[in-house]
Amino acid sequence: MQEVELQDILTAREDGDYIINIGPQHPSTHGVLRFVVSLKGETLEYVIPHCGYIHRGIEKMCERLTYPQIIHLTDRMDYLSAHMNNEAVSLAVEKGLGIEVPDRVKYIRTILSELQRLASHQLWWAAFGMDLGGLTCFFYGLRDREKILDIFEESFGSRLLHSYICPGGLMNDIHPNFQKRTKDFITYFRKKLPEYDELLTGNIIFEQRTKNIGILSKEEAVGYGLTGPSGRGSGFACDIRKRFPYSAYDKVNFKEILYNEGDTWARYKVRMDEMWESMRIIEQLIDNIPEGDFTAKMKPIIRLPEGEYHQRVETARGELGVYIISTGEKNPYRMHFRTPNFSNLFVMNRLAAGFKIADLIAISGSLDLVIPDIDR
Amino acid sequence: MPFNIYDFSTTTKAVDEFLKANMSPTWAFITELTIVGLVFLIFYAIVGLYLVYAERKVCAFMQNRVGPNRVGKWGLFQTIADLIKLLMKELITIKKADKLLYNVAPFIVIIASFMAIAAIPFAKGLHAVDFNIGVFYMMAVSSIGVVGILIAGWSSNSKYSLIGAMRSGAQVVSYELSVGLALVSVVIFSGSMQLSTIVESQANGWWIFKGHLPAIVAFFMFLIASTAEINRGPFDLAEAESELTAGFHTEYSGIKFAFFFLSEFMNMFIVASLAATVFLGGWMPLHIGNLEAFNRIMDFIPPIFWYFGKTIFVIYLIMWFKWTFPRLRIDQLLNLEWKYLLPINLVNTLLIAFLVLMGWYFK
Repeated sequence: MQEVELQDILTAREDGDYIINIGPQHPSTHGVLRFVVSLKGETLEYVIPHCGYIHRGIEKMCERLTYPQIIHLTDRMDYLSAHMNNEAVSLAVEKGLGIEVPDRVKYIRTILSELQRLASHQLWWAAFGMDLGGLTCFFYGLRDREKILDIFEESFGSRLLHSYICPGGLMNDIHPNFQKRTKDFITYFRKKLPEYDELLTGNIIFEQRTKNIGILSKEEAVGYGLTGPSGRGSGFACDIRKRFPYSAYDKVNFKEILYNEGDTWARYKVRMDEMWESMRIIEQLIDNIPEGDFTAKMKPIIRLPEGEYHQRVETARGELGVYIISTGEKNPYRMHFRTPNFSNLFVMNRLAAGFKIADLIAISGSLDLVIPDIDR
Repeated sequence: MPFNIYDFSTTTKAVDEFLKANMSPTWAFITELTIVGLVFLIFYAIVGLYLVYAERKVCAFMQNRVGPNRVGKWGLFQTIADLIKLLMKELITIKKADKLLYNVAPFIVIIASFMAIAAIPFAKGLHAVDFNIGVFYMMAVSSIGVVGILIAGWSSNSKYSLIGAMRSGAQVVSYELSVGLALVSVVIFSGSMQLSTIVESQANGWWIFKGHLPAIVAFFMFLIASTAEINRGPFDLAEAESELTAGFHTEYSGIKFAFFFLSEFMNMFIVASLAATVFLGGWMPLHIGNLEAFNRIMDFIPPIFWYFGKTIFVIYLIMWFKWTFPRLRIDQLLNLEWKYLLPINLVNTLLIAFLVLMGWYFK
C-alpha cells in the first residue's frame, strides 16, 4: 500500500477528496503517530500511516555502546514490554558468548515476562475500551496494572523502564516478598478478570463495534508479517514461546491462543485469553524457582566473538528479533531490531479501508500499537 | 387537596399583588419579568455547575476513584473554580473562521436550553409559563439547539468540527421523531399538551404505572432517544473525543466552550425533568392504592422534593449509560433509530390510542 506517496496525496486533494490528519497529536493514536486519512463521508478510502515522529536512532546509538549499556536503550523501544526487550538482547549476547545461565535466572525471566505481558495487556484493554468510548475501562485496567507495577517497584526499584534483565542473568536477586506478592496478585486478578468481560466483552454495542471489522486472512497476516496476538487473531500460529522456546517456556504447559476470524473481535479475544494463559504460566513457575546464583559468571567487559547473532522473543505485541553483527569489539558493529509494531502498523490500510472512521480507531486499538517501538 | 399547603401559586400571586399595588402595571410587569429572568439565570448556573460536579462524582464512583475533593468540602466548589478559570481564559478565534456565526453559535445553543426551562413545572404553581401546548413547545425549542451545533461545526472551518456537526445533525433529526412519539403517547393518555394538566392527571398514579406495558415501553424509548438527542454517551458521536478530538466544539475556548459544556448538561436536566414530568408524575407524590396512612405521609413531602428526586433519578440513569457503555458507530446509531426505535414507537403509539379508545387503562 505504500505506493500511495506524498505526491498521490497532493493530486488526490485536487480531486476533491476530504483528507484529514489523525495525529500526530490525537487522543487515540496513543503517541505521536499520524494517519493521513481520506474520507468519503464517514467512509475511509485509504489510510496512510506516517511514522518517525519519535525516531531516536536507537539502532545507531547501539553501535557506540557496550552490551550492558544497550539494555537501557531497549527499555525505551516498547516501554510496555521492557522485560522482554531486555531479555531479547541478553539472550542474543549469551548466545554469542555461548554461556548457559542458571535455572533460577531462566525461571525469574519467564515469570517477569509473563507479568509484563499481563501488565501490557491490561493497559491495552484499558486503552481499547477508551478508544471505543467506554471510559470506565481505562480505570479498571490501570487499577490492576498498578498492582503489578508495585511488585516491580519493590523488587527492582522501577516501574516502567526496568533494565533488570542483563547479559548473563539479572541485575540483582529478587526481593524476598516477590513470590508471595506475585501469588497474591494472581489470586486477586483471577477474580478481577471476569469483571473485564462483564464491562466490555458481553456488551452488545461492543460486539457490534468489533465483529466483522477489519478482517485479515491468515495468508495476508503472514504476508504482512503480522505477529503476536494480532497475527494469532488471524489464525497465524506465530507464538515464539511455543515455536522456538527460550528461557523456561519449554518447562511450562500453556496453550497458544488462536482465533481464525481475523477481525477486531478475534484480536481482542486472543489478548483476553492470553491473560488467563499468562497467569497459568506464572502459577506453574512461581513456587518452583530453584535456588542458585542470579547471574552466570561473566567477564567485566563483554566482547562478542566475530560473527552474526540473532535471537527472537515473543513480546506482548509480537515477535521481537535482535540481530547483532560483531567484529569482536566491546560494542556491536551493527545492531538491528525487528520490532513487532513496525510490521503490525503497515497493515492499517488493508484493514481499515472501506470501513468507517470510528472503525479506524477500533482497528488501530486492536493492533495495540506502541509508537516508540515503531520508530525506535 | 392535601398538597394545597405546598401550593406556590399563592406566593407568586402575593408578589404579583404587592407589585401591582405599589407600581404602575407596566413597571410591575417589567419588574416581574426581571425577577423571573434573574431567578432562572441563577438557577441555570447553579444547576448546570452542580450537574457537572454530580457527573464527576458519579463517574468517579463507577471508576474506583474519589473524584473532586480539594476545593471546599468534598470538592463542592470545584466546578465554580473551573468556571472562574474558564472565564479568565483567552478566547481564541480561528483565522479563517466565519466570525459572525462562530461567535453566535454558543449563544444559540445556550438560549435554546434556557428557553426550554421556562415551561417546566417544578412544583404546583411553580413555573414561568404554563403553555397549553407545553409538550409541543419543549420539542420545538429543544431542537433549536442543533442549529447552534451545526453552525459551530461549520463556521469553525475545521474538518473535525464539520464531521462532528454533520453527525450531530443526522442524529438529532432522527431521534427527535422517537422523542416526539414517546411524548405523544402520554399526550394521548392524558388528553392534554399542557404540562401542568399532564401532572394533575397523574394525581392517582403515574403514567408509567397506569398505562400498562405501552407506557413502560414509551418511557424507555424516551430515555434512549432523548439520551441520543442530547448527544450524551453512548450516543456522543458529535463529540467522540477518541475519534474527533472534541467534535463540533474543537475550536472553541474559554467561556464559549463553557457555554457548550453547560448547555449540554442543562439539556440533560431538561430531558430528565421532562421524563419525570410526563412519565413519573412530576411533582406528584407517590400514592399506593388505598394505603391511606402511607399516602398521607407521602403528601407531606414537599412537591419540589418529589420533582427533584425524580429528576435526579433519571439523570443518574443517563449518567450510568454514559459511564458503562462503549460508543456506537454512526451507521449503527441511525440503524437503531430507523429500523428499531421508530417502528416500535409507531406501533406503541397506535396501541396506546387503541387502549385509550377502549378505556383499558387505570383511570
